[in-house]
Amino acid sequence: MAQRIDVKDLNIYYGAFKAVEDVNMTIEPRSVTAFIGPSGCGKSTFLRTLNRMHEVIPGARVEGTVAVEGVDLYGAEIDPVAVRRQVGMVFQRPNPFPTMSIAENVLAGVRLNNRRISKGDANDLVEASLRGANLWNEVKDRLDRPGSGLSGGQQQRLCIARAIAVKPQVLLMDEPCSALDPISTLAIEDLIAELKSEYTIVIVTHNMQQAARVSERTAFFNIAGTGQPGKLIEIDDTATMFSSPKEQATEDYISGRFG
Amino acid sequence: MTSTQPRTAGPTEPVKPGTTARRLRSGHGDRGGSLAFRWLATGAGILILLILAAVAVFLVQRAWPALTADPSELSDAISWFPEDTSLLGFVGPLIFGTLLAAAVSLLLATPIAIGIALFTSHYAPRRLASALGYVVDLLAAIPSVVYGLWGGLVLSPIVQPVWEFLGTYLGWIPFFGGVVSPTGRVMMTVAVVLAVMILPIITAICREVFLQTPRLHEEAALALGATQWEVVRMAVLPFARSGIVSAAMLGLGRALGETMAVLMILSPGFLYSFQLLAAGQQQTIAANIAAQFPEANQTGVATLIATGLALFIITLAVNMAARAIVARRKDFSGAN
Ligand SMILES: Nc1ncnc2c1ncn2[C@@H]1O[C@H](COP(=O)(O)OP(=O)(O)OP(=O)(O)O)[C@@H](O)[C@H]1O
Ligand SMILES: [Mg+2]
Repeated sequence: MAQRIDVKDLNIYYGAFKAVEDVNMTIEPRSVTAFIGPSGCGKSTFLRTLNRMHEVIPGARVEGTVAVEGVDLYGAEIDPVAVRRQVGMVFQRPNPFPTMSIAENVLAGVRLNNRRISKGDANDLVEASLRGANLWNEVKDRLDRPGSGLSGGQQQRLCIARAIAVKPQVLLMDEPCSALDPISTLAIEDLIAELKSEYTIVIVTHNMQQAARVSERTAFFNIAGTGQPGKLIEIDDTATMFSSPKEQATEDYISGRFG
Repeated sequence: MTSTQPRTAGPTEPVKPGTTARRLRSGHGDRGGSLAFRWLATGAGILILLILAAVAVFLVQRAWPALTADPSELSDAISWFPEDTSLLGFVGPLIFGTLLAAAVSLLLATPIAIGIALFTSHYAPRRLASALGYVVDLLAAIPSVVYGLWGGLVLSPIVQPVWEFLGTYLGWIPFFGGVVSPTGRVMMTVAVVLAVMILPIITAICREVFLQTPRLHEEAALALGATQWEVVRMAVLPFARSGIVSAAMLGLGRALGETMAVLMILSPGFLYSFQLLAAGQQQTIAANIAAQFPEANQTGVATLIATGLALFIITLAVNMAARAIVARRKDFSGAN
């Protein structure tokens, strides 16, 4: 299920502005890769190119290749809609559909792929996904209530349940815990640890301890100055990155001596 | 922000005792402004209620002679008042005609308006979208007399063969039953013209509502692998539901009260008839008032004002119904 991602010579633009320059990296399957770096260095931008969400912004475009198991996502015959069904995404701010109930939210992606899911299967899937997102016990009595009535942490886990309900190959998370309290954060970190046995996970985080706790590999992005493109400085095993990084910039950032 | 900043008044300017207490009490700084605003808002609200009440009082007062009169008195005094009919029996078909015209025109206009609004907000390239929006807005600038002239002189003959076709092949549907009028000056033509007239307002409001769909929800749908149409279905339309209802109700309000277009196109009748293609079937309250008012005597005017009272009540009821619809699924609206 989980798949490996190879990124080659990737340049990312917003219109004429080059936001990210020349990224090369390999993201290993069944592992967690964390992206760290200062604000504005292009972590979100790069993450969104991994499921072709970047191009929904007017004027945004990409040069280079992102290959999942050898297939270039930016190939001419590739349908971005199909890509997004394989590569799920969880956003920084929880965004359950406010007009849908909790159960419908979980099923939202599934209904796109396959309208005629039987009622029994649907119920099973809702339960399995919510259990997978460590949310089942909190919401099992109110599955038909609106998803927007949950707390922020619960909403974020609902979004994760929604993303994993379609069984993607890759799960992208953009600062999934930044709006959450420490307890919800821990719940989501535990969840990530469980999910990595099945999915390739990429997580953007500003929290160094979080990167150290949840990830196997860490990528550090940096930016030379405003208006300059962000760059991938270094990617390595998380333990190495946090103990003996090769680049001085990485060491400075990790030890808080940045800027 | 401000709470974390150091107090600027600190060392240089010793705080006199009692200042804080006075500040906390009231009437200082922007409290005065917000108080003024509150009064202004309350005043405006009360003013609207007063105007509504004044209109209601005026209508009841002027309609009173007709409301209390014996049916035979009415038909004696008024040439166009039917024999052996109560006032209610007279107003009934008019209410029916008014609701029918408004409902059919709304039925025609709303889907088209939603389509145009969606196209301009989510499909069309920006340049085309603004051009189209501009053209639709222009429709609102055309006076209703012009619509009436155009409907009666140009549109009626053009659509008549279409109505003929509908009557021949779909005549088994009650709406298309009866003898199709050879002039085309029928309720269906009126509904088409009314639909064109209410299209701009519905389209404009729908477009604004669609554009306000939170980016967050659209991206949630996109990230699940939704196509553009699926994004519209999952994120845009559910979010816009109450806005669409409000837009339709505004359009309905205009259609209910529209006078000239109806007056100039429709060949009127006073029946409870669903036949949209036959002549001499229905009439609306507003068009009837306009048609009879110049020649009406005192009792006649009172009777017409009584029908106006009915229109007023219908419009209020429609608006309240719309609010109820909007409120019913508030939990799921995303407002919380
Ligand atoms: N929609 C957009 N249009 C134009 N430029 C954008 C857009 N989104 C981001 N940018 C620019 O791209 C650069 C990278 O932004 P990005 O959001 O990827 O940074 P980030 O690393 O995720 O920052 P943060 O940690 O604050 O989330 C920034 O210079 C930003 O101003
Ligand atoms: Mg970001």
